[in-house]
This record gives sequence, structure tokens and C-alpha cells, in this order.
Amino acid sequence: MPGIMTKILEVEDLEVAFRIGPAFGIGQRKELLGVAGVGFDLDPGKTFALVGESGSGKTTLARAVNGLQAISAGRIVFDGQRIDDLDARRMKPLRLRMSMMFQDPVGSLSPRMKVGDLVTEAYRIHGIDVDFRAETERLLSLVGLSMDVTDRFPHQLSGGQARRVGVARAIALNPELIIADEPTAGLDVSIQGEVLNLLNDLRERLGLAMIIITHNLHVVRHVADRMAVMYLGRFVEIGPTDEIFSAPAHPYTAALLSANPEPDPDRAKDRIALPAEVPSLLHRPEGCEFHTRCPWARQDCGDEIPEAVIVGQRRVACRFPLERGERPPADSPTDPPTK
Amino acid sequence: MGALGIALVVLMVAGAIFADLLSLYEPDRISPRDRFSAPSMEHFLGTDHLGRDLFARVLHGGRIALSVALSSILISLIIGVALGLVAGYGPRRLDNLMLLLLDSIKSFPTVMLALALVTLFGPSLTVVMVVVVLVTMPGYARIIRTQTLALKESEFVTAAISLGAGTPRILRVHIMPNVIGPLLILASMDIPVVIAIEAGMSFLGLGVRPPTPSWGAILNDGYAAIRESPWIVVAGGLPIIITTLGFTFLGETLRDVFDPRLDTRR
Repeated sequence: MPGIMTKILEVEDLEVAFRIGPAFGIGQRKELLGVAGVGFDLDPGKTFALVGESGSGKTTLARAVNGLQAISAGRIVFDGQRIDDLDARRMKPLRLRMSMMFQDPVGSLSPRMKVGDLVTEAYRIHGIDVDFRAETERLLSLVGLSMDVTDRFPHQLSGGQARRVGVARAIALNPELIIADEPTAGLDVSIQGEVLNLLNDLRERLGLAMIIITHNLHVVRHVADRMAVMYLGRFVEIGPTDEIFSAPAHPYTAALLSANPEPDPDRAKDRIALPAEVPSLLHRPEGCEFHTRCPWARQDCGDEIPEAVIVGQRRVACRFPLERGERPPADSPTDPPTK
Repeated sequence: MGALGIALVVLMVAGAIFADLLSLYEPDRISPRDRFSAPSMEHFLGTDHLGRDLFARVLHGGRIALSVALSSILISLIIGVALGLVAGYGPRRLDNLMLLLLDSIKSFPTVMLALALVTLFGPSLTVVMVVVVLVTMPGYARIIRTQTLALKESEFVTAAISLGAGTPRILRVHIMPNVIGPLLILASMDIPVVIAIEAGMSFLGLGVRPPTPSWGAILNDGYAAIRESPWIVVAGGLPIIITTLGFTFLGETLRDVFDPRLDTRR
């Protein structure tokens, strides 16, 4: 029921450009698009997942939404208020309402601060007077840690503990939106599960909306209502998680899903191999940017940028979306077509 | 080596603090009848050309040396840390400007700088301290700048920004505690250099004004009579050597304690 409920977050045609060079007067000034025009929205209490290879722009997009990265075009609207053009001072009150968890569980904690100070730092920053000890206890118990850790420094924590401290920091001010960048990175599989259950649990209990960035597809299936697949800074496919997992319509999505480790040995051989390397953002392919690696690529895929087509409840950036379970043609190129 | 360093430093500091109790004479008391008397039970280190007790002058000179060293290093640290943080965390343009400033200061030879300032303002302890600050501060600022630059992009700083922390808080709470350690080690190893600068300037007559006791001034008083009364030069030189060695040992020990990677045992 879009339009009835206020969206917690709306992102329209977002673009993040980075300028490169010249260095010492050598080389030309170039611009590369880390995020090249993406749009999505998020209802309160829902979870949205961003997946894609390293360098596909997931983290840049998250940092832009959180106001840590200047954008070059587009709009970001948080709970009806445009936030992409706010300065640090006017952004500050909004930071009470959205928070971010960073990739490195230990590295995102200030090394000379104790856990107790770390989890309540947000209150100090915003000048909110609370009983710090009681609040520390509440937050730590929410993330399943005991008060024993309050006097420890980050390097004295295990990865899982550090991640939980990160979660406690992120939920400290009762935000409405949490952006979690690789919340399971660097953790053992068993701890990964615990952290995901924790996030799911907190989301239900506190009514949080979440954006989860990951390249772990199990995570996505576990927590996300909707998802987007990123390739070279664009969404190639966006829609409900179930739909995408059961019948990926973009060839890249299909390849990504097939590359997901599969416990069943009979199905493992269905892997769709992608030839060649990810193209450089400085030399984006003409036309459909995926055609250089696409097993289904046709003669004219490099001619024009595909319009997004609607498949079910999804938007797919491919001129020839796949049918359910469609396999690559037998004569698919093993080497990329040379341009 | 560390224990020896601490012992030597404690010896000098205690001597400076309790100078009045330990010495039997006023450091400035002139007694022409006792001039050039050799070390004895009455005058432990002998007397100089004006009959002043050298033991008293050395102890009181320690006050000058240590207070100049500690206070000017402290001032230098404060300015250096502030400039380094601004250069490292601030915009690129400001950083370049700061580097230009720091490098220009550093490019002056110490002696030239001292001579120029004394020519302009006359010899005084203040000038000595200004020279020390100008000589040591650029190094401190550079260390802080480089480390700040490295931490600026670190994830915990970004995380603090995303919580809404402003620049002052980031610098004070998240960056400074992480960059100050190596600087303190460097500063402790600079103390002997500073003591040498003070003694050197006083020896050349660019530092304290007579009759203020200073190790450098004692050396200067003594070198004219070095053949007849060598104890005067010894009285001025010995404390400089002891203090320099003491602080150097102490600094090296501190460095090894704080940074095990630099273990120099071979």
C-alpha cells in the first residue's frame, strides 16, 4: 500500500561521483560514478538488503544515505524531510533517528574508549542526560552482553562481542532506521547466525527499519523483505526478496544466486560462471553494462542502455529478462566479446 | 639502563628542588677572599673567579635548566599538538599552509635563529624558551599531523561522525588519545637537547643574564681560567652530562616500553 503509510526513507536517482586526478599535473581529470542513479524506498519496520560484488557501490550508497558522503545528484528523503542538502549542524538532530553499523567490528570502536563509554557515547554527543550505568546495562542486555565487558577496551573483545557492542551503539538512541554495513563480516558462521537473530529480534521489538549491506546471500534471505542487486553502481534488479530468490530475472542476479554456496552437491553444478573481470568504473561498457560478462548476451545488447522493465513486483534493468530457471544458452561465450 | 636513567634524573631534579637546603651558601654571594679555591669540604665543587660557591650555583642552575626545559617543551607540545590536529584534520589547503609554515621554521639553523632573536630582543630566558619552542614544535606538529591524517579516515572516526559528533569532540575524544603517546616519548628524548640549547646559549651569553646561575654561564665563567682552576669547567659540564644521559636513557626506556616493536636489543 504505497502512498498510504509514510515512507521512512525515499531515495531518488541518487548519484555519487568521485573526481580522479590530475596528480602533479599528470593525467586528465576524470569522474567516476560510484553510485550511478539508484532509487528505492523503505517502509517503517521493514528490511531492505543491498547485495553485489565488492566495489559495486553498496557501501558508498549507504554512506550517502547516512550523510557521510556528499552526493552529486538525486534526492534522499528521510521521513518526509529532504536530508541530502543538510549541513552537519542541521543533520545532527536526525542522527538521533538513524544510525549506522560499520564493517569492521573492532575497527569501528574507538581504541582508547571503554565499552561502557562506547555504548553511551551517543547520549553524550547529543547532551542527553541519562543514568549512564543503567543505560549501559539496558543496552548491553539487549544485545546479550553482561556488564563484565564495560571496563574492557575494544581490542580485548572477541569479534562477536565487538559486533554486539556496535549493535548496542547503533540502537542506543532508539533510532527508526539502522544501516548495517556487512553486519556479519569477519565473524564465525555460528556467531553470524546469532548476530542476525539479534538484529531480527531487535527489529521486531523496537520496530526498526533496516538497510543491510552484504554479499552474503544467506543473510539476505534470512532478514530482508526487499532487496536490490547492485552492479557497477546501478540496481540491476530490485524487488521482494522471495520473488528474486525463486526466479531471478536479471542474468547477473541469476549468476550471483547460483554462485551462493549450496550444500546440495547435485545442485551445486548449476553454477553460472561469469567470464572476465568486473569492468573498471572508469571505462563503463557501452549499452547494457553487464553485456561484457553476460552469458545470455545478444548481438545488440551493447547498443543501448536497457530501460527498467517490470517483472512481477520487480524492476529489472535488462531488455531480455530471464524466465524462471532459464539456463544460459549452450553457445554462450566463455570469453568476453571484445570491443 | 632505565633504572640508571631514572636515578640520574631523580638526582638532578631533587638537587634542583632542594637547592636551598643542600647548599651552604647563597649562589650569588660574592666572596673575593675565597676566589678560585679548589674543591674542599667547605666548597664541594670549589669556587669561581668571584668566590661564589659552585655547588650552590650548580644546584640553582639545575632549576633554570629543568624549568626552561620542562616549561618550553610543554608549551611546544601544546602548540605542536594543536597545529598538527588542525593540519591533519582540517581542509587540504590549510594543511598545505601549515606545512609551509612548519618547514620554514624548521629550516632555520638553531644557532642562527638564536642569534637573530637575541639581536632583536636582547638576551633573556624568554628568548631561550622561544628558541626551544621554535626548534622542537615543528617536529611535534608533523608527527601529530601524519597520525591524524591516518586516523581521519578510520572507521571509528566515521562511526563517531555518524552518531553526530562534532569536530571538537572527534579531535579531543577520538584522535588525540591515539596520537599523543609517541609524541610524549619524543618529547622526553628532547629534554636533554633543550638543556643543551639553554646551556649553550647561556655559555655564549645569549641566555640568562649574570649573575643568574646557569650551567652554561658557569662554563663561560670557567673557561678563561681553565688552566689554573679546571674545577669550574668541571662543575658546569658535569651536570649537563649527567642530566643529558639521564633523560636519554629514560626516553629510550620509555620508547621500548610503549612500542615493543622497536626493541633494539641485538
